Amino acid sequence: MCLAIPARIIELDGDRAVVDAMGNRWKAKTTLLPEAKLGDLVLIHAGFAISLVDEEEAKKTWQLIAEINEFQDTPDKISG
Amino acid sequence: MTEAKKNDRILLAHGGGGQLTDELIRRHILPSLDNETLSELGDSANLNVASKSLCFTTDSYVVKPLFFNGGDIGKLAVCGTVNDLAVAGSRPVALALSLIIEDGFEFKLLDKILAGISEAARQNNVNIVTGDTKTVEAGAADRIFINTAGIGVKLDCADLGYDKISVGDKIIINGTIGDHGMTIISQREDIKFQSNLQSDCAALAGLTCELLENTTGIKFMRDPTRGGLAASLNEISRSSGLSFEIHEADIPIKPVVQAAADMLGFDVLTIANEGKFIAIVSPESADDCLRICKNHPLGKEAKVIGEVCQSCDVPLVEMKTQIGGKRIVQMPYGRELPRIC
Amino acid sequence: MLDRIQKAQNLCNTACKQLARQINIMEVCGTHTVSIFRNGIRSTLPKELKLLSGPGCPVCVTDQGYIDIVLQLADREDCLIATYGDMIRVPGKNSSLERKQAKANVKVVLSSEDALQLAKDNPEKTVVFVAVGFETTAPATAVVVKEAAEQAVDNFFILSGHKLVTPAMRALLSAKNDKIDAFLCPGHVSVIIGYGAFAEIVEDFGRPCVVVGFEPLQIIEGLGEICRQLAAGEPELKSMYDAVVTREGNIAAQKIIAECFEAVDGHWRGLGKIEKSTLKLKEKYSRFDAFTRFKISETPGEDKTGCRCGEVLCGLIEPTECGLFGNNCTPQEPIGPCMVSSEGACAAWFKYGRERAH
Repeated sequence: MCLAIPARIIELDGDRAVVDAMGNRWKAKTTLLPEAKLGDLVLIHAGFAISLVDEEEAKKTWQLIAEINEFQDTPDKISG
Repeated sequence: MTEAKKNDRILLAHGGGGQLTDELIRRHILPSLDNETLSELGDSANLNVASKSLCFTTDSYVVKPLFFNGGDIGKLAVCGTVNDLAVAGSRPVALALSLIIEDGFEFKLLDKILAGISEAARQNNVNIVTGDTKTVEAGAADRIFINTAGIGVKLDCADLGYDKISVGDKIIINGTIGDHGMTIISQREDIKFQSNLQSDCAALAGLTCELLENTTGIKFMRDPTRGGLAASLNEISRSSGLSFEIHEADIPIKPVVQAAADMLGFDVLTIANEGKFIAIVSPESADDCLRICKNHPLGKEAKVIGEVCQSCDVPLVEMKTQIGGKRIVQMPYGRELPRIC
Repeated sequence: MLDRIQKAQNLCNTACKQLARQINIMEVCGTHTVSIFRNGIRSTLPKELKLLSGPGCPVCVTDQGYIDIVLQLADREDCLIATYGDMIRVPGKNSSLERKQAKANVKVVLSSEDALQLAKDNPEKTVVFVAVGFETTAPATAVVVKEAAEQAVDNFFILSGHKLVTPAMRALLSAKNDKIDAFLCPGHVSVIIGYGAFAEIVEDFGRPCVVVGFEPLQIIEGLGEICRQLAAGEPELKSMYDAVVTREGNIAAQKIIAECFEAVDGHWRGLGKIEKSTLKLKEKYSRFDAFTRFKISETPGEDKTGCRCGEVLCGLIEPTECGLFGNNCTPQEPIGPCMVSSEGACAAWFKYGRERAH
C-alpha cells in the first residue's frame, strides 16, 4: 500500500527539498527524516522522504539502485 | 489600420467570415503555410493524384499544455495524421487543417503553433492544402482545438491487414515507449514536475515508406498513441484473433520515463507515444526491418519485442517478465490516475 | 539475478516436497499484490505454494460508509475534496468521486502538502483531505495537521481513514483462519513502524514473518526464506529489506503519529470491527477533524448482493470464486472495492491473470 521510490536530494532548505529520480525533479519534504542531508539517497512516499537508503545494502537486492548508479555514469542509456 | 493590426489577440470577429477572417488568413495563416494550392483559397482543394488506392484519415488535437518539451499542438496535429497515413502503408500527400480558437487567444501563440505546423509539414513533404477557422467565446474551446484530415497514396508494395498476420510473425517497435505521454503528464497542472522528459513527437512516413519499399514481409503496422503499446497490441490481437507474447526485457524504455512512471504508479505500457509504430513482420524479414530502422534517425533504438502466437481460447496479449514469469497485458481503462498505494 | 531466483525457487520446491501439503503465504500489502502480478511471480512458483492477497489495500478495506461520507461532502458547494488518485474510482452506494469530478470540486493530490496548499489558496472553501492509507501514509497526514495548527489554517480538515496493519493481521489469525502459514510483510509500512512490530505475530502465533521490498527478486527471495523457515519448522522474524528498514523504524514518524492520532476501534470491510485499528485525531487536533466539523460518524455500509470482497480480503477465496468476478464486476464497472482499487486482488487478477469468469 506504499508506492515509494528512491531519489537523491539535490536541494535542501530546512525541510523543503528537491529530489532527483533519473532526471525527474520533485518537491519533497524531509520533516519525517530530519537527519537527511544534501546528496543523500532517500525513499520518497506521497511527497515525503521516509527513510535514508543504504546504497551498499541496496545494491545487493535492489535492481533499481543499480540502475540509478549506472544512470549517473551514462544518462543516455536506454533500458530494454 | 484595421482592428487586427491593433489587436494582439483573437476576437470572435476573426471567425466571422468577413474582414477580420481575411486578415487572419492573409497575415498569419498563408505566410506560414503558403503553397500554390492553399493560396487559391478555394472551397475545396484540387489535387491531382494518380488513380490509385488512397488512404484518408482525420484526427483532432486537444492536448494541454499547448507547448511541451519536444513539440506543440501544431507539430502534433501534423505528425499524428501523417503517422495514421504512414502506418496504413501510404505516402502522405495533403492535409486539411481546421482551427477552432477562443476569443482572447494571443496571436503570438497562434503564430508559434502555425510555425510548428509549417515546419512539420515541410519536413515531411506534405502540404496543408485547405482549411477552416472558427472562433468561439472564451472558455468554449480550452484556448485552441485543431483538427487535421489527411490523404495518402497507398504504396503498391504495401499489403497490410489483420488477415495477413500469422503465427510466428515478429513484433517490432522503432524505439522507446512512454516518452510523449509522460512528458505531457509532467506538465499537467495537477502534477507538474521538472524533468528531462521529452516528447517523441515525430512523423514516421519516411521510415515506414522506406521499410515497405525495401522489404517484403511487413504484415501490419500501427502507431501506439492513446493507451500506449498495451492498447494497440490488444486491438490488433482482438481484430486478428491471434495472441501475442512480448518480452519485458526487450521493450526499450528511457530510465527517466520509467522513474517518472514509478513515482506516479503508472504502467509505461499504457502511456501514449507520438513518434513510434509497431510493425508485425514475417520472421524472415525481421533482421532487414531492424537494420533499416536502426539506420534511420527515428529508429535507432528499434527492437524485436515479441511474436505472434496461436490463441488458446481468447486472443490475449501476454508478457514474459524480466524474472521469467508471465502476465497478461490488458486493455487499459483509458485514464491514468496517479496513486500513492 | 537468474541464479538467485533459481536458488529461492529451490527453497520453495524443497519446502513444498517436504511438507507434502499446500503452503499458504499471505501478503498484507497491496503494493506487493500488484508487484506479484505485474511480474508474473505466481507463474514461477510451485503449484503447491499459494499466495494469498490479504487486507493490505487501504482502499479495499475502507468501509463503504466512509466513501459515502466523502461523496456527500463532495456534493456540498462550500467543499473542496482533496484526494489521492487511488480513491477516485471507488464506488459508493450510488456514485464515485470520478463522477463528481466534472463539478470541479474534487482535486487529485500527490501529497498531503498539496491538500493543505489547496486550503490556503481557497480560503472561502472548506477543504477536506481524504486521508487513507496505512502507517506509511499516516505520518504525511500528521505533518500537515500540525502545520495547519501552526499556521492557523482554519478551513482545512481531514477525514481520517488511516488504518493499522498488525491489528488486522492479528484479527485474521484469531478469527477464522488456519490457512495462513506465513506472512510476507509490508516493506514500506516497516520503514515507519520497524520490523520489530511483527515480532508479536511470530511469538503469539508461530508464523514466519519476513519483510521484503517490492522488486520481483526481493519478493521471490523473501518467499524462499519463508519456505526455508517452514521446512525447518522454525518460524522467525526477518527483514530482507535492510536498505531502508530497521528494527525500530522511523522514530520521528512514529512520534508525529502519536502526537496527532490515537488508535480506536474501526470497521474494516470484510473483517468487521477490529480493536484499536483505526487512527482518529486526538482532542488537541480535533478542530481539524472532518467527522467533528460536519457532525458525522461512519456507519458501516452494506456490501452489494453477491459481493464477496470481504472473503477475498481475508484470503478465504480467490477472486475467480466470486460469482460477480468478470461478469457484473469488472474494472470498467466495478461493484466492490477489490475490483476498483489499483491494488485490489480482483483488479490485479483481472488485469494480469489468465482466468476470466467461469
